[in-house]
Amino acid sequence: MNNEALHAYLTEQVPDATFDTSGEWLNVQVSVAAFRPLTEKLKKELQFNFLFCLTCVDWKTHLTMVYHLRSTQEGHHLVVKVNLDTQQPQIHTVCDLWRTAEFHEREVYELFGVDFLHHPDLRLLILPDGWEGKNPLRKDFDDPVNMIKL
Amino acid sequence: MYQTTDILVNETHNDPMGQMVINVGPQHPATHGVLHLVITLNGETIQKVEPLLGYIHRSIEKMCESLTYRQFIYVTSRMDYLSSHINNHACALCVEKGLQVEVPERAQVIRVLMDELTRIASHELWWGAMAMDLGAFTPFFHAFRERETINDIMEETCGARLTMNYMVPGGVMHDIHPNFQKRVKDFLQLYKQKIHEYDELVTGNIIFQNRMKGVGYISPEDAISYGCSGPVARGSGVSCDVRKHFPYEIYDKLQFDEVLETAGDSFARYLVRVKEMHQSVRIVEQLIDNIPEGDFQAKTKAVLKLPKGEFYQRVETARGELGVYIVSEGGTTPYRIKFRSPGFSNLSILDHMTRGSKIGDLVAAMGTLDLVIPDIDR
Repeated sequence: MNNEALHAYLTEQVPDATFDTSGEWLNVQVSVAAFRPLTEKLKKELQFNFLFCLTCVDWKTHLTMVYHLRSTQEGHHLVVKVNLDTQQPQIHTVCDLWRTAEFHEREVYELFGVDFLHHPDLRLLILPDGWEGKNPLRKDFDDPVNMIKL
Repeated sequence: MYQTTDILVNETHNDPMGQMVINVGPQHPATHGVLHLVITLNGETIQKVEPLLGYIHRSIEKMCESLTYRQFIYVTSRMDYLSSHINNHACALCVEKGLQVEVPERAQVIRVLMDELTRIASHELWWGAMAMDLGAFTPFFHAFRERETINDIMEETCGARLTMNYMVPGGVMHDIHPNFQKRVKDFLQLYKQKIHEYDELVTGNIIFQNRMKGVGYISPEDAISYGCSGPVARGSGVSCDVRKHFPYEIYDKLQFDEVLETAGDSFARYLVRVKEMHQSVRIVEQLIDNIPEGDFQAKTKAVLKLPKGEFYQRVETARGELGVYIVSEGGTTPYRIKFRSPGFSNLSILDHMTRGSKIGDLVAAMGTLDLVIPDIDR
């Protein structure tokens, strides 16, 4: 499926989605509410079976979840983005669709503080037990003892 | 053939359900680094394996946010230290994609040569360590004999044996050493004389085969769902070689095969890596006498500025698909950088693939995942 066909499909599924075609792959931005139904359709109808990158970007005013998807059968790519609130970031998990998300979401959970709803095992993965409060990959994170400023 | 004595029992306690929890690591020979596994057992049967990470987490992604596009590449040598050339390569390619720099052909050939030599060296180390995990010590020395030769070649040209930092945006840091071609050819000659020993020592050995066959089975669907890549996925018959599917540099002009095995067990993953070494030798042979003349580095500005936007580049490391995702705001440093490391995704399947098997098989299953802990922790 080429980018035009993907574009048409997504516009039909999520009418208020915004697109960015400047990069290598088609980027689609959807709302938190539209995200979960869309991912289910992407997995089942468009054979996006390989979630090869899951991460988050802190834009200070909001957080953006970024999902890089590929279909190993069809060969097409799609980048799905969802904006989240910085104070109470919440999004539905995708780890029942792509099992790799279980680890990746735990990583994002501790480093960005995003709460993944219905995740089966949302605990700290990398940070030491008892770590509370600030999330290290947020832009406002500050650790005067261990961080070396250039 | 179980080696329960291999497992360091730090603390044991029994609960009324007949379950026992034991800790493997964080310092244990079979984890090849500081990986901590909490294993729930019922008798000898594994019920759950939970990896605990972070013992060597250095927050490389955060560090990179304050380093320039020339500087951040050096940190990435410390991620997967067995394929530092390929890590550097991924970063250099990603920056070049943003800058739209054309890399001279000589640099491309040198890069691919270095990548493939690194792949051989990395698989050699894995092969020796894998045999050691299963109780044989001699193969380790055989593997290191050839690996040392590659390290010497790297040292001569790059000035380092492990953290090379040789690939920079635009090409390579400096030209190859005058002895490079001769020494690589000497290595190939030596390697071809010795390669049959590998099969004689381990591959054809019935004890190794019995310990690896049918152990740690991964189905193709699981391999894809868990995001596995590299030899782990190819052992389950999933075609995922980045060099074939999304070729970079000159890989599309080279003659080599993507190695696929369909059994999905530890032995299949073992065979994939051993056969990949032969393919890497093929690539090196095609290139070593055909390094074109010309510049080894494209002309780039002293201070690199990536345009505003997002750039993603993936390469095939010895462990699988490494992705570099750069979010740029147009400055001299990345706004956000994410390394999609192959080891992190490959580790996530460990629990799924070992549930229900015996504790003695855990090491045989984990060994063929080829985990490098700094790559997982980052």
